[in-house]
Amino acid sequence: MRKLILAISMLAFAGSAAFADPIQERQAIMKERGKIAGQLSKVVKGETPYDAAAVLAALKALEANAEKFHANVDTLFPAGSDTGDTTAAPKIWDDMAGFKAVEEKYLADVKAAAAAAPADVDAFKAGFNTIGGDCGTCHKTYRIKKG
Amino acid sequence: MRLLKKLVGAALVLGVAGAVAAWFLSAPVRLDSEALAQLGPGDAARGKRIFYAGGCTSCHAKPGSQGDARLQLAGGLELKTPFGIFVPPNISQDATDGIGGWSVEDLANAMLKGVSPSGEHFYPAFPYASYARMKPADIADLHAFLKTLPAVAGKAPPNSLGFPFNIRRSIGLWKRLYLSDQPVVSFPDGTPDPVMAGRYLVEGPGHCGECHTPRDFAGGTRKSEWLAGATAAEGSGIVPNITSGEGGLGDWSEADIAYFLETGFTPDFDSVSGAMVDVQRNMAELAPNDRAAIAAYLKAIPPHPNGYPPRKPAN
Repeated sequence: MRKLILAISMLAFAGSAAFADPIQERQAIMKERGKIAGQLSKVVKGETPYDAAAVLAALKALEANAEKFHANVDTLFPAGSDTGDTTAAPKIWDDMAGFKAVEEKYLADVKAAAAAAPADVDAFKAGFNTIGGDCGTCHKTYRIKKG
Repeated sequence: MRLLKKLVGAALVLGVAGAVAAWFLSAPVRLDSEALAQLGPGDAARGKRIFYAGGCTSCHAKPGSQGDARLQLAGGLELKTPFGIFVPPNISQDATDGIGGWSVEDLANAMLKGVSPSGEHFYPAFPYASYARMKPADIADLHAFLKTLPAVAGKAPPNSLGFPFNIRRSIGLWKRLYLSDQPVVSFPDGTPDPVMAGRYLVEGPGHCGECHTPRDFAGGTRKSEWLAGATAAEGSGIVPNITSGEGGLGDWSEADIAYFLETGFTPDFDSVSGAMVDVQRNMAELAPNDRAAIAAYLKAIPPHPNGYPPRKPAN
């Protein structure tokens, strides 16, 4: 009996690591990521004046978002979640190692940009352009555009 | 019985006449001397702009190349389409495996007429249906720029196409229907210069319509739905509507479009994806006024409903 209870509670524990709806969960993370990147791109465009503290705060938020994604890749993209209302490309599951490699590069570049704590817009632009390139690198292969 | 014989005879005559006509109509046509006279000497610095506007490296770089490796035009990418697999060839300066031995006239006949130096048709997966609208002088500049790029040995594998698409000669008939050097969208006199400059870049070297316009049964672009977006030729996705109305770029400003082409970020905080990633990287190499011209043109063309079916609800 004790063994059974233990087994059930372990199952419950394992279950808590999985998301009820991984598609919604990963879309929420990507939406949050896009929103932060959008704020930052306004700074690059000159629509928002450069404020080092605000930029650093946004970069830290981007880093936290990337960490959340990184820590949960397996549960965000479980096998079988390539169908339904998703724009994730089947290629993710064909090449999970390649997908994780670009995701890790993105995290590393976001961390580097935040650690650099850029003092002016030109210093910030360099790091932000690298991050923008990472967005494209991943979306080129691992996302499908739908109508 | 006599009638049947007559009918069979008539059918045979018609069939032979048709075959003879098709043979003549499908013959490769090269540039005339008037067009060749406009080529001029060519300038590599100006050709660099045409190289990036034309997106040569998106298809002709070795698949997966990054940075400077994108200037090694060895070919080999596989374009998996409903017609079969097209493999862009080596267009590096290698004299035997690439196009190092091509004269400027050879390049002009390839890009403006879709005819190879040996007199064969190229498949229109090579977007000469768009390049045909380019100025000969720009081809000469491009030729000069290509000369500055490295030679890479090794031929790319051949195309793998099913019947009847493997009959190269039949492309001659396709060209009679779809090959034209005339602009797609006409504008009245007094249209601002950036719009006209953008038309040239989009309809000519940029060949945007090749993916962003739906195609008919014979694989020609439907000019009545110009840039309305289309089901992607490769894979299962769509290529978005980029006309000026709802569903397209209606709520994008010209600055939004130019910024997207420069950085890959959309105004709704999304980023560029799919085959457009390489295109955007090429566009980022252009001068700001070229990106602004493309934006001005896209905001000036007529709106169309989406050229692809709506997204299916979750299943």
